[in-house]
Amino acid sequence: MSRLRALARSVVQWLDDRIGFSALIPIARKKRIPVHRHSFWYYLGGMLVFLFMLQVATGVLLLFYYRPSAEGAFESIQFLMAEVQFGWLIRSIHSWGANLMIFVAFVHMFSVMLLKAYRAPRELTWISGVGLLLVAMGLGFTGYLLPWNELAFFATRVGTEIPGVLPWVGEPFRTVLRGGEEVTGATLTRFYALHVSVLPGIAFMLMALHVLLVQKHGMSVPPGVEKRGGARLTVPFLPNFLLRDFIGWLCALVILAAMAAFFPAHLGEKADPFAPAPAGIKPEWYFMFMFQTLKYLPPEILGIEGELVGVAGFGLLGLVLLLVPFLDRPRANGEHSPWWTWGVYGTLIYVLVLTYLGYTEEVPTTDVGPAEETAEEVTSLELAPDWDFLPLTLEDPSTSDG
Amino acid sequence: MDWVLGSSLVGFVVAVFYPVVRYIFPPASAESVVNTVTLPFPVSELPSGSGRIFRFGDRPGIAVRTASGEVRAFSARCTHLDCTVQFRDDLGLIWCACHNGQFDLSGRNIAGPPPRPLDAYDVRLRGDQIIVTRPS
Repeated sequence: MSRLRALARSVVQWLDDRIGFSALIPIARKKRIPVHRHSFWYYLGGMLVFLFMLQVATGVLLLFYYRPSAEGAFESIQFLMAEVQFGWLIRSIHSWGANLMIFVAFVHMFSVMLLKAYRAPRELTWISGVGLLLVAMGLGFTGYLLPWNELAFFATRVGTEIPGVLPWVGEPFRTVLRGGEEVTGATLTRFYALHVSVLPGIAFMLMALHVLLVQKHGMSVPPGVEKRGGARLTVPFLPNFLLRDFIGWLCALVILAAMAAFFPAHLGEKADPFAPAPAGIKPEWYFMFMFQTLKYLPPEILGIEGELVGVAGFGLLGLVLLLVPFLDRPRANGEHSPWWTWGVYGTLIYVLVLTYLGYTEEVPTTDVGPAEETAEEVTSLELAPDWDFLPLTLEDPSTSDG
Repeated sequence: MDWVLGSSLVGFVVAVFYPVVRYIFPPASAESVVNTVTLPFPVSELPSGSGRIFRFGDRPGIAVRTASGEVRAFSARCTHLDCTVQFRDDLGLIWCACHNGQFDLSGRNIAGPPPRPLDAYDVRLRGDQIIVTRPS
């Protein structure tokens, strides 16, 4: 045993001689975290890093079996859930982990907003954080389509149509996003590329910048605490804060394992582009307030199409969110900014109420059969190469995807 | 010298990014040129006050039969956000499940957020067959 320990020590020493990581330990030991009645919110950032790493790990495991094509995606997930040992667990943890990560990201954002932690010199920390939230939502949106099931198909069709209503840039953007005019197998491969490569890459870079800035500026102490003379107590980051972080991560892992065990991720029906949209179609919960808003908007508002007004409104809201540190001028000048605080509460209430309505609104259901079989063509017909996902092709019935 | 270096840099950046931007735009694929289809179900299987989805090339269409027995056909793409609509027996209307949009049996948007009527197709009957044509 002591020999093993000696061997491990010499390996660590060998690595340290070449990398020099021991130089970081005094820095970490020097770092101290203020303790006050709002200190709890400091743990959410570390929690997000942990959840992101968990998503990467479970995502890599899912890649071992997933086939990114319209013909194979649904079946590969079906195989993973039914045949692969613990496949259901890995997928369910990935699915619940994504939800928990975005939930924690929202809580983190609102806590930072209400504690005014975006004040100078932390403007860039805020902007990189908003960027990370958007990337996380993008990961959720692109990942939703990957099982190629009915709900995901229509949610993606609606989701990619929304930017399409914007004048000039909307249509090209939608085409790039979908890989064509329609949501097809080409969309699936694009979303796959975005989900497993582009967005995680951006997330890693933004996270590195965000963490670096947090290290540089330290933890922000809320104005109310500062007014009372600042935090009287501090604890060292290493080991006190980090150990508490570990406990939080362990709790998150236990919650995820329980959710995965008791409520495993569903797969639903395979996407059929020729079936009507199913009754009760819903996006992921974090898009629900936007989905519900678009439902309530009338066809025309002051002569402008309702959905365009909605999309422009959400775009404006996103811009305001990004520029909060610069728009909250009173706080930047060290004054009170109660209007901003009420604005944050108002936004929060709006999001919660619309999300609640989205889940509780009674949707009349109806029995609708599957899409009709192929129509007999009267005129000549060419199918685009990407339409290979069709359950029945018009020219060659043997290419059915069954 | 600065000018030469500066324009070379711009040229280099354009030479790198132009192909990338062009690459992410998908090629204009051959669109389906279907203008007419014969529906896979006869008129007798479309009772009055009902509707069914059919394929019109690469897009879904919906055929409805009014109470008076007239057959009509429309694009099944909701004009709000592109969901596929369906016929609701209980309402006697064309309905979009995504945002609760409603269209009457003439394809007119009558409730919910859809801003325009459904695109209408021409319908003619050949015996018991239903032939749907995209209007020219």
